[in-house]
Amino acid sequence: MNNTRQTADPIVRYRSISKTFGDLTILHEIDLDIAPAEKVAVIGPSGSGKTTLARLLMTLEEPTSGTIEVNGELLWHKRVNGRLVRADERHLHKMRGNIGMVFQHFNLFPHMNILRNVTEAPIHVLGLPREEAVERAVTMLEKVGLGDKLEAYPSHLSGGQKQRVAIARALVMRPSVMLFDEVTSALDPELVGEVLAVIKEIAREGEMAMMLITHEMDFARDVADRVIFTDGGTIVEEGSPEQIFHDPQSPRLQAFLSRFRAGSGKEVMR
Amino acid sequence: MWSWPFAWQIAPELLRAVQTTIAATLAGFALALVGGLLLAFARRAKPRGVSLAAAGVIEFVRSTPLLVQLYVLFYGLPSAGISLPPFAAGVLGLGIHYSAYLAEVYRSGIESVPRGQWEAATALNFSRRQTWTRIILPQAIRPIIPVLGNYLIVMFKETPVLSAITLVEMLMTAKMIGSASFRYLEAFTLAGMLFFLLSYASSLLIRRLESKLTQR
Ligand SMILES: Nc1ncnc2c1ncn2[C@@H]1O[C@H](COP(=O)(O)OP(=O)(O)O)[C@@H](O)[C@H]1O
Ligand SMILES: [Mg+2]
Repeated sequence: MNNTRQTADPIVRYRSISKTFGDLTILHEIDLDIAPAEKVAVIGPSGSGKTTLARLLMTLEEPTSGTIEVNGELLWHKRVNGRLVRADERHLHKMRGNIGMVFQHFNLFPHMNILRNVTEAPIHVLGLPREEAVERAVTMLEKVGLGDKLEAYPSHLSGGQKQRVAIARALVMRPSVMLFDEVTSALDPELVGEVLAVIKEIAREGEMAMMLITHEMDFARDVADRVIFTDGGTIVEEGSPEQIFHDPQSPRLQAFLSRFRAGSGKEVMR
Repeated sequence: MWSWPFAWQIAPELLRAVQTTIAATLAGFALALVGGLLLAFARRAKPRGVSLAAAGVIEFVRSTPLLVQLYVLFYGLPSAGISLPPFAAGVLGLGIHYSAYLAEVYRSGIESVPRGQWEAATALNFSRRQTWTRIILPQAIRPIIPVLGNYLIVMFKETPVLSAITLVEMLMTAKMIGSASFRYLEAFTLAGMLFFLLSYASSLLIRRLESKLTQR
């Protein structure tokens, strides 16, 4: 550990990360650094490995080869006598504290009301006193515009409201990196805006690094410091939003973007 | 023919016996609730040996009659130096027997919890234990409450089998009354009525509980 803050050091560092399912290789030797507080949008056709990339960092999926570092520390491995060995659950538990994730399908806890959805982990994982957790949760729920729904159950909320609760639930844990995996893909079109607005607001505030997997190109352009285009399990192109959207280099990115424009903003799915 | 005075006369004795029946049912069921959960966990355990052993126990217990299990516990164990009173042997037998069934019920409940719930729990960094107690089990148990309740009633109705290991439960009492007085009609009818009333009342209670829990 070092105490002096070196902003040059990435908060997340993927090194030669590959992932295979059976004999299908989903990710091919991915290298990717995310700087502290950096907002990285990930775009690409479905099946290109975007979700898997995020799930590896959230420890929901184990890499087949390669390493991931978070805050300069290995995520999935430990070094024992100079050799890398699979880390134990204890280590993963410690490392996960840095990472948060919002899912496409919200995954709220249906048996808990909204307030408890958001306070449960601060109380039982972070060990905060209840009053403090409630205060933190209420502040966050107000920020996402749900201060009046504390007692409601998830089944009584709209998709957009559910997703905003899920965002608040992840934020109260105060991770250094937050993963957003197509968080508006399961929403009715008229509810997409409210969720994106909340994320933009959080992004503006700043401190936290974000990986935003999205099919909303305007949103990616507005929020991201850097855009990454994945296809077939590799990072085909990356650059500033300006470069990616206005001056795409690779034919695959050009084709992807034109398909989007043709399909009135929505990719034509398989 | 039916005699009301005789029915009144034997009622207290049957009501005393019904207490034994209820106590054995509740204790056996409590044991089965815990044992079934432990078996369900063992069944899902990572070490293959543990999960296979649990599967074996479940299969074995389910494929042998409760009566045989009770005989082993009551008449067999003493030769291994363990003698249990009839009530304890009966409760243990019911508990073990129904554990095997409830393990499968728990399993179906656990499997009904979507994968996303596990993933959200991981993303929020809940420990394994907290994930089970706070996220998974509350969701797994809610939908299986009717089935659990049904097993409680099935178990209750099966308690007469405990008379085979000399436990004086309700039916045994009715039979003793009958053979002492040569009047079987009242004793058996009353015993049947008591079974019916208690089963019916429990099923109403379970339905209330169920609808209360599924309101959300
Ligand atoms: N658990 C899994 N088992 C097998 N194949 C998987 C699994 N998860 C993802 N895949 C496959 O990996 C590929 C990439 O998936 P994913 O990372 O979800 O891509 P994206 O998010 O870009 O759509 C897809 O072809 C998908 O079918
Ligand atoms: Mg995806």
